[in-house]
Order: sequence, then structure tokens, then C-alpha cells
Amino acid sequence: MTTEEEIQRIESKVLQSIIIKPLIGYKIFILVCVFFVSLGLFFWIKQITLGLGVTGLNTPVFWGVYIVNFVFFIGISHAGTLISSILRITDTQWRTPFTRMAEAITVFSLPFGVGSVVIDLGRPDRLLHTLNFPHLTSPIIWDVLCISTYLITSCLYFYLALVPDIALCRDILKTVSPFKQKVYKTLSLGWQGTPKDWKTLNKILTGMSIFLFALVISVHTNVSFVFGMTLKPGWHTAVIGPYFVLGAIYSGVATVIVVMAILRRVYSLEEIVREEHFQKIGKFLLTLCCFWFYFTVVEVLTTFYGGEAAHMIVFKAKFFEEYAFIFWLMFVLNFIIPFAVLSNFFSLIKLRTIQNMVIVSIIIDIGMWLERYSIIVPSGARPYLPWQTGHYLPTLTEWSITLMLLFGFFLLLGVFIKFFPIITLWELKESVHTSNPNKSEKN
Amino acid sequence: MPKFGMLIDLEKCTACQACVVACAVENNLPPGNINDAQMNRIIRWLKILPISDAKSGIFKMTLIPFTCQQCSRPPCTYVCPVSATYKNPDGIIAQVYWRCIGCRYCVNACPYTIKFFNWYEPENPYKENANPDVFMREKGVTEKCLFCHHRLQRAKEAAKYKNREIGSDEYQPACVEACPSRAIVFGNMEDAQSKVAELSHSPRAFRFLEELGTSPNITYLKEIK
Repeated sequence: MTTEEEIQRIESKVLQSIIIKPLIGYKIFILVCVFFVSLGLFFWIKQITLGLGVTGLNTPVFWGVYIVNFVFFIGISHAGTLISSILRITDTQWRTPFTRMAEAITVFSLPFGVGSVVIDLGRPDRLLHTLNFPHLTSPIIWDVLCISTYLITSCLYFYLALVPDIALCRDILKTVSPFKQKVYKTLSLGWQGTPKDWKTLNKILTGMSIFLFALVISVHTNVSFVFGMTLKPGWHTAVIGPYFVLGAIYSGVATVIVVMAILRRVYSLEEIVREEHFQKIGKFLLTLCCFWFYFTVVEVLTTFYGGEAAHMIVFKAKFFEEYAFIFWLMFVLNFIIPFAVLSNFFSLIKLRTIQNMVIVSIIIDIGMWLERYSIIVPSGARPYLPWQTGHYLPTLTEWSITLMLLFGFFLLLGVFIKFFPIITLWELKESVHTSNPNKSEKN
Repeated sequence: MPKFGMLIDLEKCTACQACVVACAVENNLPPGNINDAQMNRIIRWLKILPISDAKSGIFKMTLIPFTCQQCSRPPCTYVCPVSATYKNPDGIIAQVYWRCIGCRYCVNACPYTIKFFNWYEPENPYKENANPDVFMREKGVTEKCLFCHHRLQRAKEAAKYKNREIGSDEYQPACVEACPSRAIVFGNMEDAQSKVAELSHSPRAFRFLEELGTSPNITYLKEIK
């Protein structure tokens, strides 16, 4: 088969997801998403009218599930930038089938991270005070600056990498609805695919990749600073910055695996997203898993060895008391299970199949959510002065709003795959060209 | 400008809670209901905290009137994203209710956990008899002890009317006035003549969590045995 034919075959295969009529499963999926989003919205409106008292928050646990969600969603978003920008700079080949969805995950999870903070505010109506009266020593203001830069940059990056593919859709998809055609025409910005166009695009994307590389580190370090800069036992540690960055990438890559494996199954993209790609990203996940273990040990050991009274109270709460279940569950979900599966159980049994990787990735995502919970809540419940300890149990409102964020994220992804190619076609074509140089020369 | 500070003599304190009541009435604090109490959401700018000590078989309870420590290096003001809480030149940590966005960062940053959040719209049945000098808070904002700042405002105005600077002991917060055993002393920390400055050098003096570098302006007196 010639390269051109192969490319055409790939194109038609990938564009299937846009052309085919929505399956019944897809419709149910969208309905479920809409249901949970509207349920969450109802509870959110209730919370805005009544006040934050509808949550389980109290003195001294002032931050709960909403802040956990904030860190979680910002964390998920880091996968996209990592896979598409950092791996672009180093020109890692296996990233190609994952880039588009990774970037989509970035762009679609960020609004929910930002939204979590707005939900958590006692006075969301005064949100703009952060711009009107910014107090620059506050890590929250650093976050506002950092995350808004990140949001804008990653949206732009995502969109620019999408332009050649939108132009392709505009040119070859003539059967889709007039609305979609109009969308493609407007969004492709008159892209013609001339060498000059490509040169400009590549230049911009490479430049932005480097910028995003710096951003991805700084954004999540800043998220950790919100905790690390306070004197609170359990938060006030220097390792929290790199720990958060690593955790963010860990959960993000896991999410990319889940999303990609599902799309691969639904739209039968087995030829394009091959087993070997999953094996590579699985090994990458294994590396992150080991790093996560390393950071956890470093953090725990430092606290324990120092044995400072107030820090030890939090430590004990996490290890043996109220929060022990969550902590140890998190440890099993984040390290023991993923390590066993991803390392093929010390290279003894072949466990790293795609199916197992999806299960493990879901487990990692749950584990990482619990990790943020076990960082944020126990420190709140065990403040410095020992007579002020407290308890915290999230209420129905908090769970509904959490589900709203999760399903809102799914909804955006679901709508996206109906409009735009789920794989970066132009990058894929490039890789086909480079892998078959002789064939293309012959023809 | 004077720098105000407080001193609480724990040997004199009888834990009668007169200061707690005086503070609540003076500053329009809602009494709170049973749900608030169960959720640990009652707001008392000044409260009596129990420290139990069960050493050597004898159970001993120390009761400590505890309020905002008005730190000289306050961790809460550094983290506020909108400068809704800041340090005044007179040493009082201010709280601006209309600017607060309710992020509860200051509350988390406070190592004393002595700032409060309005989880619901505050229900105050004594609204008609409220102190007109003190702001009524809304839901979703943070509040804390301000050393009866409105009284300082009054004293400052009176001094300005007479064309002079405000004196060291010209105003007293409500808790100080209410204390029957005169355990609470209040005044200018920078005036060496004032009782509060003098007593703060007593060998019995200690401050809470001084090791964190917050340098609180509330001194406690207690014989350490």
C-alpha cells in the first residue's frame, strides 16, 4: 500500500467519529452527563442562596472537597501539556496518537478546576475583587495570574494545533450538517496548508511548547504554594511543590489512558492507536508511579523523623486515626496496585494489557483524588492548638457538585469528539511519512 | 501612634465568661443555634478555651480566655488575596467585610484558628438593640476580634477634636471593662509607663505559639510550676 493510500485510509478512519450518526450509547452518555450537571447546578444555586453552611465545612476544617476538586482538576489538566508540549520538544514518537485528546483534557478540565474555587468562595459575587484589589503577597493571587495564563495559553495551543485538522474537515467532509460546515469554515482561519503556513505554525507551536513547559511546572507549584506557604502542620513543607507537580502529571497521564482506550474501542482505532503506544505510555506511567512513591516516602519520613509535636498530630491522624482508612487506601490505589500491574508484577506475569491499564488508570485517578483529600482535610482537622480539633464529613451538596464537575468534563469531551478529529491527523501523517520514506519516494 | 496590646493574668481569671458575653453584645455577635453548635460554627471573637492537664494522676483544667492574638507579623494578612485583612499602624489587625471574598485562606493560615466564617446569613434576634457602631456582617465573610476598634475610632475623634494625639489608656475594649477580677489589662505596648507594657516583661509572661515568629500582642501571665 502506498503512503498516500494509507494516509487516506487513516483519515477516513479517524473522521468516522464525526461522520457517523450518534450511537445509542453516546446518546445515553450525553443524557447521563446532562442529568448530573443539572443536578449539581441545582445544589450549587441552593448553596449560593443559603450560604456555605450547606456543606460539611466548619471550624477548623475550612477547606474540603471543593478545594480537593480544584487541585484534582488542575492536576488532570497537566497531562495534556506534558504529553503534547514536553514530549513535542523532546520529539518522542509514541505521543502522536495521544496529543489531541491530551490537549482536549487540559482545556476541558481547567475550567472545572477554576470553577471549583469559585464554588468554594463564600462570596462568588465578589470574585472580581481579586483583580480590583489584588494583594500580591497572597498565593491565591499568584494562582489567579498563573492559572489564567495557563488557561489562555493552553486554549490557544490546543486551537492552533487543531487548525490544520479543521481545514481538512472543511475540505473533505461535505456530507456533514451545514452548521458543522460553517463551524469548520470559520474556525479554520483560511488555512491552506502552504509551506509558509506550516512553517509559521511549527514555529509558534514549538515556541509555545517551551513556554508551556515552564508554565506546567509553575502552575502546579503555585497550587501547592496555597498550602505550603501557610504554617499549617502537614502543609508547611518544601516537598509539597514537586510532590504536587508529580501527582498532577501522574493523574493526568492516567486520565489520558482511560479516555484514549475508550475512544479506541468505540471508534475501532486499533490500527492507529496501537498496543505498542499503550505499552510505551504504560511504562511512562510506571515511572511516574515510582516517583510518586519516592515523594510520599520523602514527605512522610521527614515529618516522622523530625517529630515536631503539631506535625506529629497530623501524621498520627493520617496513619492510625480518623484518616487512616483514606490514607492507606490511597497508598494501595496509587502505588501497590499500579506498581504490581504496570511492572508486570516484577516482570513475572504479563499484567500490562490495555484493559488492565484502563482499570489501573481509573484506580490511580481515584487514588489521586484521595491523596489530595488526605493532604487537605487532616491538616484542617488538626490545627496547631490541640483544643481546636474537628471533624469533617462532606454533605450531599458537596458530592453532587463534585459529580457535576466530573460529568461536565465528560460532557465537554463528548461534544468535542463529535465535532473535531480525535487524533492529530497532521502529526500522524508526518509520522507515517517518516516511517515510510522509501515508499513515498518510489511513488 | 500607640500600639495596642492586651495582657491576661490567668491567676486572676476566674473563667466567669463575663468578657465573652460583653464581647458578643458589644460586637453584635449572633447567639447561634443548636445546629451551629453541633457543627462547631458558633462565632465568639473571645472565647474561653479549656486546656486539660492530667499529669501525675491529678486532673487539672486551665481555662484560658482566647482571642485574636493581633500578631505583629500576622500570617493571615499575608495570604489575603484582596487585602480584606491587614495590619493597622495602631497594631490592630483589621477586617474589611465588604471586600472579603470568603476564600477562608486567612482562617486557614491563622495558627490560632481564631478567625471565624459566616456559613449562613447571621441570625441576630437582637437586631433592633444592636450596637450601631459595629458593622452587621453578611453571609460568606470572615470576622474576628478587632480590639473594639469602633471604640478606638471614638477616642481618636475625641482627641482630634481637642487637637491632640490619642493617649495610651484612652480607650478600653468591652471585655476589659467587663472583667470583674481585672484579669485583663489593655493599653499601649510602646508606652513604657503603661501597665500592660510593664507587666508584659514579668517573669510570668508568655505568649502562644511564639516560636512560629508571629510575635503576638496578647500576653498571658501564669506561674510556671
